[in-house]
Amino acid sequence: MIQTIYIMWLRQLKRYWRSKPRLIGSIGQPLLFLVAFGFGFSPVFEKAGGVDYMQFLVPGIIAMTILFTSMFTGIEVVWDKKFGFLKETLVAPISRTDIMVGRTLGGATISVIQGLVVLVLTLLIGFRPISWFSIIPAIFFMFLVSIFLTGFGTSIASRIDDMQAFPMIMNLLIMPMFFLSGALFPIDDLPSFIKILVLVNPLTYGVDGLRATLTGNLSFSLGLDLAVLAGLSILVNMVGAWLFSRIEI
Amino acid sequence: MEMIEVENLIKNFNGFTAVDDISFSVGEGEVFAFLGPNGAGKSTTIKMLTTLLKPSSGKLRVNGFDPLTQQDDTRRSFGIVFQDQSIDEELTAYENMEFHGVLYGVDKETRTRRIRQLMEMVDLWDRRDDYVKYYSGGMKRRLEIARGLVHHPKILFLDEPTLGLDPQTRNNIWEHILELNADYAMTIFFTTHYMTEAEKVANRIAIIDHGQIITSGTVKEIRSSTSTGSLEEAFLQLTGRSIREENASSMDRMRLRRRMRG
Repeated sequence: MIQTIYIMWLRQLKRYWRSKPRLIGSIGQPLLFLVAFGFGFSPVFEKAGGVDYMQFLVPGIIAMTILFTSMFTGIEVVWDKKFGFLKETLVAPISRTDIMVGRTLGGATISVIQGLVVLVLTLLIGFRPISWFSIIPAIFFMFLVSIFLTGFGTSIASRIDDMQAFPMIMNLLIMPMFFLSGALFPIDDLPSFIKILVLVNPLTYGVDGLRATLTGNLSFSLGLDLAVLAGLSILVNMVGAWLFSRIEI
Repeated sequence: MEMIEVENLIKNFNGFTAVDDISFSVGEGEVFAFLGPNGAGKSTTIKMLTTLLKPSSGKLRVNGFDPLTQQDDTRRSFGIVFQDQSIDEELTAYENMEFHGVLYGVDKETRTRRIRQLMEMVDLWDRRDDYVKYYSGGMKRRLEIARGLVHHPKILFLDEPTLGLDPQTRNNIWEHILELNADYAMTIFFTTHYMTEAEKVANRIAIIDHGQIITSGTVKEIRSSTSTGSLEEAFLQLTGRSIREENASSMDRMRLRRRMRG
């Protein structure tokens, strides 16, 4: 069982590593956001209350990188359906849970690597975490968020056969999750109807956990962030395993 | 001993009956050809035998196991070469073999030995570290056959294994398959549109059309019962000359095109 999960994980990492355009392309967007928003809004935030917006924004941008990478990992399932490889795993004597977990761990590892690449780049342009040790719990949060989002994207992908439709559906989910997560602005004093949307958005808790570990700014509590993300991770993977067991081709 | 048993198998898709009450059995070590025009129900039957699709009703046994309730035992019993490609092109040939071995729980030592032996058998050992995307159509097919054998299955399902290949490669692939059949008494269940191929290699044949088996027996029996000179003539006499529309999804068609080009 461990071997099955490992070989599925390894396959995804190999594919990722061999696709250089994907490696480079997926950090372009977060960098653009970082530069445009970071340098664009910094003066405004400074005038408003002396907050260092760059410090505030970086955890949000890392969360964004993970959001995009994880959710789009699901497209590999659609690819595998299209190019036939999925059948190879479906006729194998392995549990559908192993298939789901192997895929999720593979995608999540890639997301964390992408997140770390972005973190290193932000260090180069001046971002400083509260302490270097805080990077360790931050990586843990990155991993949790990645597992949830990869499981989510993969579950959805198991029901989709259309390669053109997948990115559209993903964007439909990703955009509100990103904008209503507190990645770009503080969520403490929002008008109540927005606040409700922010509170039901799982990514909010990921952003909060990342920001708390990296910069010390906490809106909820680390316990709540952890509980929400861990609970949802287990849930989406269970649902995903069930959906995989129902795939018929 | 019967390796494959099918009794009163039915599969409906939203009111359309793809497989309509068929029964047949295949004995151990037999080479069994399952023939029929496009859309007759061949692939649907294979999918049900290999746990990819659930039957609407009927009884199935593969190596004595029920594909519905004993999925993993069934899955360990067979190897399969699908109608359309099912290898990961972004991996090397060896990595594809290795992946398969691990999924089927073949231990490292046995795996390493068998992979080498099988890749040598299909003449791909020297190209083992090439990405599959650089393989020709025939090489991919050979690799898929070799991969399906890593776990030493008792039954090999081949869904149009020689589609789109030149006569040299077709002969070469059949040589390998018949060798396996002779050496290990491996049961071979295959579909093809090349009647001469079926005529040459099959011990027994069943012809399916519109979801129903219209005849079965040895080549000789089928020829004499239709009083025709060749299997192709018998096939056309039994199934008619009109061209069939296959009810394939856009995905199947795309994969097929890819393979025909490859």
